[in-house]
Amino acid sequence: MTQQRISRNGAAEVAPAAAPAVAATGSAGVDTPNGFRLDNSGKRVVVDPVTRIEGHLRVEVNVDSDNVIRNAVSTGTMWRGIEVILKNRDPRDAWAFTERICGVCTGTHALTSVRAVEDALGIAIPENANSIRNLMQLALQVHDHIVHFYHLHALDWVDVVSALSADPKATSALAQSISSWPLSSPGYYKDLQTRLKKFVESGQLGPFKNGYWGSKAYRLPPEANLMAVAHYLEALDFQKEIVKIHTIFGGKNPHPNWLVGGVPCAINIDGTGAVGAINMERLNLVDSIIDQLIEFNDKVYIPDIMAIGSFYKDWLYGGGLSGKSVLAYGDVPEHANDYTDKNLLLPRGAIINGKLDEIHPVDHRDPEEIQEFVTHSWYKYGDETKGLHPWDGVTEPHYELGPNAKGTKTNIIELDEGGKYSWIKAPRWRGHAMEVGPLARWVVGYAQGKPQFKEPVEKVLHDLGLPTSALFSTLGRTAARALESQWAGYQMRHFFDKLIANIKAGDLATANVEKWEPKSWPKETKGVGFTEAPRGALAHWIKIKDGKIDNYQCVVPTTWNGSPRDPAGNIGAFEASLMNTPMVDPAQPLEILRTIHSFDPCLACSTHVMSEDGQEMAKVQVR
Amino acid sequence: MAAIETFYDVIRRQGVTRRSFTKFCSLTAASLGMGPIGAAKVANALETKERTPVIWMHGLECTCCSESFIRSAHPLVKDVVLSMISLDYDDTIMAAAGHQAEAILLETKEKYKGKYILAVEGNPPLNEGGMFCIDGGKPFVEKLKWMAEDAMAIIAWGACASWGCVQAAKPNPTQATPIDKVIHDKPIIKVPGCPPIAEVMTGVVTYITTFGRLPELDRQGRPNMFYSQRIHDKCYRRPHFDAGQFVEQWDDESARKGHCLYKMGCKGPTTYNACSTVRWNGGVSFPIQSGHGCIGCSEEGFWDKGPFYERLTNIHQFGVERNADEIGLAAAGVVGVAVVAHAAATAVKRIVSKNNDHSA
Repeated sequence: MTQQRISRNGAAEVAPAAAPAVAATGSAGVDTPNGFRLDNSGKRVVVDPVTRIEGHLRVEVNVDSDNVIRNAVSTGTMWRGIEVILKNRDPRDAWAFTERICGVCTGTHALTSVRAVEDALGIAIPENANSIRNLMQLALQVHDHIVHFYHLHALDWVDVVSALSADPKATSALAQSISSWPLSSPGYYKDLQTRLKKFVESGQLGPFKNGYWGSKAYRLPPEANLMAVAHYLEALDFQKEIVKIHTIFGGKNPHPNWLVGGVPCAINIDGTGAVGAINMERLNLVDSIIDQLIEFNDKVYIPDIMAIGSFYKDWLYGGGLSGKSVLAYGDVPEHANDYTDKNLLLPRGAIINGKLDEIHPVDHRDPEEIQEFVTHSWYKYGDETKGLHPWDGVTEPHYELGPNAKGTKTNIIELDEGGKYSWIKAPRWRGHAMEVGPLARWVVGYAQGKPQFKEPVEKVLHDLGLPTSALFSTLGRTAARALESQWAGYQMRHFFDKLIANIKAGDLATANVEKWEPKSWPKETKGVGFTEAPRGALAHWIKIKDGKIDNYQCVVPTTWNGSPRDPAGNIGAFEASLMNTPMVDPAQPLEILRTIHSFDPCLACSTHVMSEDGQEMAKVQVR
Repeated sequence: MAAIETFYDVIRRQGVTRRSFTKFCSLTAASLGMGPIGAAKVANALETKERTPVIWMHGLECTCCSESFIRSAHPLVKDVVLSMISLDYDDTIMAAAGHQAEAILLETKEKYKGKYILAVEGNPPLNEGGMFCIDGGKPFVEKLKWMAEDAMAIIAWGACASWGCVQAAKPNPTQATPIDKVIHDKPIIKVPGCPPIAEVMTGVVTYITTFGRLPELDRQGRPNMFYSQRIHDKCYRRPHFDAGQFVEQWDDESARKGHCLYKMGCKGPTTYNACSTVRWNGGVSFPIQSGHGCIGCSEEGFWDKGPFYERLTNIHQFGVERNADEIGLAAAGVVGVAVVAHAAATAVKRIVSKNNDHSA
């Protein structure tokens, strides 16, 4: 293949304006029901692949003559079909299949799945299992947020090459002024800089090759860049420690093991064979990791967010739907088997049209609330003006490009958002496009006036000298993730103490096997399990018939955030977040990456169900 | 030319003496059959050669292989990435995106023709013209084949690239296909597992960069050093298996005592991997140690080999007097897995071979 192949497909390639693709587009554009003016008359910029995410994503935007984004199109470009593969399998195995939906938020799908099966079968889990599951889920939140910020997001804000010109002494002074983290001596930074210099001078830049180094969009002084690069590397070392909590309770990470009815690890702190179970040594290891991650959050992650944020505090683009419509399912049950709002430590609720004083309850079982649309997705419905609740979900793939797309079916130059353009469906909550994720959770918690969410948010805003409205931005999304990592660390301490207290009181139970055997199950049943994955609201809906999975549907965070347009013309959270952002240089799509990365996209998770030959899956009678 | 941080620089910085380095070169040369002057050649190469470029591509997958890779404790992944290889393209961590990212592929093809390693995580779907996995507007399979053309060798990371894994489980709606079914003219090292163990992954990469050759592979294309023994062979619960002490249901007394999980569906007796020896996440544990049976994630088609909890639960209990090997063989026989014969051909031969047969 030739250079031409690269450049023709190339992202950030600036092409002439496409023919109007959105209905009734004039030069002034068209207004969406959710409050955005779309105008695709400018230059089209394509970014494909969007890197530093999980999976495959393509973004196209139109910029006007001032290089401001006036139209945004986000496309999920992969599809794996996990749910159809689940059909007719043992529901007790579903966690293992669905866990493989994502190896980054590894475990959270498994937790969602065992909850769905337990809901369908009426299985109550022991209190110890609840504490251990919470420890695993919260460890994932901390791990995912740290890796996301340092390894997937930081390079949008940090110029690695600029770090070479930093004064190590001044870097040390800066680091010591913001934190008591011990790795901050001048010698430490000098050694790091020397290593970095050798690395850059080698000419083999590895993952830093062809970055946008030197772009005017970067604003940190060299010293802050050097500090951030040091923490990039420290976080890389440290993240492997956090996941050991999964290894202790689940045997490995990524993809630890889970169990319908509880957790697979048994507790034995006294007797013969304790060395092969959760014993004092294992508990001490968990304890020490919790201490370490709390310290890392307090002394590295939070100070870095504040330090880096202070140089970007007027870059408040990217709010998108966050100030309008957000959705949280809630998670982290204080007591086992109680999924009511008051028992969940992460908040639940829906806010629409920016009315923070009106928080709507969320019911996963209500067919009028969560529905998925496919008008602009590569699937087919009988009536594409209507949405379907996941228990009655239909997925029939239908790959075709819109009439105004450029290229061919296997060589896309530009997509036509007036037609079908994504492998992601469009989920809506009572017809509204919603943002999910850490910012959504924290906005709901803030709006509910819960001090554990309200106070940290107000402190960050106060320390940066920003108004509340600044929360609804790319920066707000990034800050909410850091606050949540810190919050999760302290909750881990809480659940660890609770686990110890329960064991001390003589309760060693970790699994309930009363309904383990399929012959004890009803002939037909259905259930729903939900969690808050690091990236946002996640739920699985299952139907079980004759001991086998009859239908399985996942509506996942990136389906919410990365959704294409719906029949009413509402745009999804990714698309909304890019609107009206000025770009320094459209050939270097740093601003697009910055905002899209703030969602921590996970495209492997935004998959949907279909049957082998595109036939509609059989509908099921529900008891 | 700018100062290259060579392999020699790296190991010196990590505390290896000049003397040890020379000794290493002599041994390497001898083991490669290069004779007395070989040592100087090896030393010269390691002192001057560039780091091996690695292009890491993603097809249909869940990124668990990348996530596992960054968990490596020895060597630390930052040392692998900064010093041992040059990871020039990896969707998951690279700074560049879009056009700037794609440009690296072309440059690598031209500048390092025949010298780069292509690491593949995930696999290409072939249904829908390949458009179940679109990369740069085109089917991923095209990009995969294009980059394979000029690669020195290919590493198939994980069960997806090696066997197909979860998206290829029945009915495989996307026709997800293992990479050795679409690339036939390059040596392919399969490193199966969902995901593979971190230190096994960095072990394979550093083996290649350290010894300048590919590891010895078995008939199925897996490195013998990590995949030639069953989990069961080295499982610390094996004495309980031999003694007939089994967990009968979750959280029973036997579970608390750490007895064998065979009756709970453990696939350790039929799974070839290093979990029971290397263990996971810096040696902290492995699935069986944490109370859940092995699901056999490094075996071909493991998703379709029956429910994880039932397949082996109906066998008769073994008595303490039975011979361990006899039981092991019986167990393997129950599920019809033959002992894998290991090919004698070394990977050095494979790398020069134009027509490797990977159909095994």
